[in-house]
Amino acid sequence: MSDVTFHKVATTDQLDEDEAMQVIVEGKEVAVINLGGTFYAMDDICSHAYASMADGYIEGDCIECPLHGAQFNIKTGKAETPPATVDLATYVVKIEGSDIYVGLPNN
Amino acid sequence: MTATDTIVIIGAGQAGGWTAKTLRDEGFEGRIVVIGDEPYAPYERPPLSKDVLLGNAEKESCLLWPAGTLEGQNVELRLGETVASIDPAAHTVTLAGGETIGWTKLMLATGGRARPLPIPGADLDGVFVLRTIADTDAIRPLLTEGATVLVVGAGWIGLEVAAAARKRGAKAVVVEVGDRVCARALTPEMSAWVHALHERNGVDIRLSCGLKEFAGAGRIERAVLADGTEIPCDLAVIGIGLVPNVELAQAAGLAVDNGIVVDETGRTSHPDIFAAGDVANHPNPLLGRRVRLESWENAQNQAIATAKAMLGKGEPYSEIPWFWSDQYDANIQLMGLPTDWDETVVRGDRDSGSFVEFYLKDGKIEGAAAVNNPRDLRFTRRLMTSGKSFEASSLADPAVKLQSLLKG
Repeated sequence: MSDVTFHKVATTDQLDEDEAMQVIVEGKEVAVINLGGTFYAMDDICSHAYASMADGYIEGDCIECPLHGAQFNIKTGKAETPPATVDLATYVVKIEGSDIYVGLPNN
Repeated sequence: MTATDTIVIIGAGQAGGWTAKTLRDEGFEGRIVVIGDEPYAPYERPPLSKDVLLGNAEKESCLLWPAGTLEGQNVELRLGETVASIDPAAHTVTLAGGETIGWTKLMLATGGRARPLPIPGADLDGVFVLRTIADTDAIRPLLTEGATVLVVGAGWIGLEVAAAARKRGAKAVVVEVGDRVCARALTPEMSAWVHALHERNGVDIRLSCGLKEFAGAGRIERAVLADGTEIPCDLAVIGIGLVPNVELAQAAGLAVDNGIVVDETGRTSHPDIFAAGDVANHPNPLLGRRVRLESWENAQNQAIATAKAMLGKGEPYSEIPWFWSDQYDANIQLMGLPTDWDETVVRGDRDSGSFVEFYLKDGKIEGAAAVNNPRDLRFTRRLMTSGKSFEASSLADPAVKLQSLLKG
């Protein structure tokens, strides 16, 4: 875990189940997603066109881009449906108390 | 289908490209030949009248995949080539240059072309349609500060050109023969909203207005309206609809009726020939009728579904139609093709520039239109496919999350 730095981005009460929100971590747009009570984080900008994935809807294990409907797996970032063909990066999340932390790789 | 089979795809646009990609991704190992009359690898057209026309994006950004992607999947791209004829009995196509290519199965993703305007002067320099990268490349440099563009047709293309012209500092005059903008796609209330959006941005829209001719010495200098009014202009862009490219199919004896007639798996009246995209007149089970859709999403998803069907693993293609347009700061989206409704519910405030209109019949959502609210609009698809009825008061209240309407 030494290769990531955790940043506090939100609190769990800010994010209902099956909802997503955009946070800015180190200048980067990250989507934090509450999938059935478990929190995940992935790049927020769709790999197809400029849109915030946090504005999308959650369907199963995927989040759907609000602009053109590309779906990405929330757990892996994999581009599951067209028009997207490039996966999104995912980030490790930890919860301490009610605080949500997103871990960004150190580089 | 085996590795010794050949699939030929006529058309290298959104539908043709996705057909080839899907065939490979689904494991087809035979020969794939994509024949396109434009010099570009498959690309999507929506940005041509938006960001690319504005100069905010390069045309290369329209390519469906990075250059070389299809070739890397062993797809033969025959670009800048035209098909002269199809011989269904012999299972061949013949190119304009005379070369004949055999196929096991054939995809017709021939799309459409901009409808020409049959008036005098339509062949003058400076009179354009907007369908291809070449069209956009020709128009963009003319949309300059102080220039006047005469737009014929207040449909999506015409209005997007007007918006791009205004953003680039040009004047825009829109001439529309109908009595409101986007009458085919929008309800009267939405037409009025879009009309007002353009007027706020300084576009001069003339409704119920016929056009007699374009005039000029070799190059367009003015448009003459049916009532004799002359409008000086530097260029004209005609956006009066699409003509489906059915000629090859027709000559080959396939069933054609407002496009190439296909079944729910994209199969034409010939068992080994398929069609998808703008050209395909297909049954839509969710709408309960046949439609031919000129839309980005249909060109992509119907092609994917049809490619799978060509490999014998298709499921009927069935989606609620979805369209979008970007004009100024307004992202306009439509879900469904409502033809009959008894109640319009507005969620949000029309004047705020962010709202959704739902069109209800007996509490069921027949369709919806949204301005700057893609999130709710996309979820509307799920409300529609749920088959449930909804309370107008719940839909109208932005504080009520749409997801909550499907729970419990």
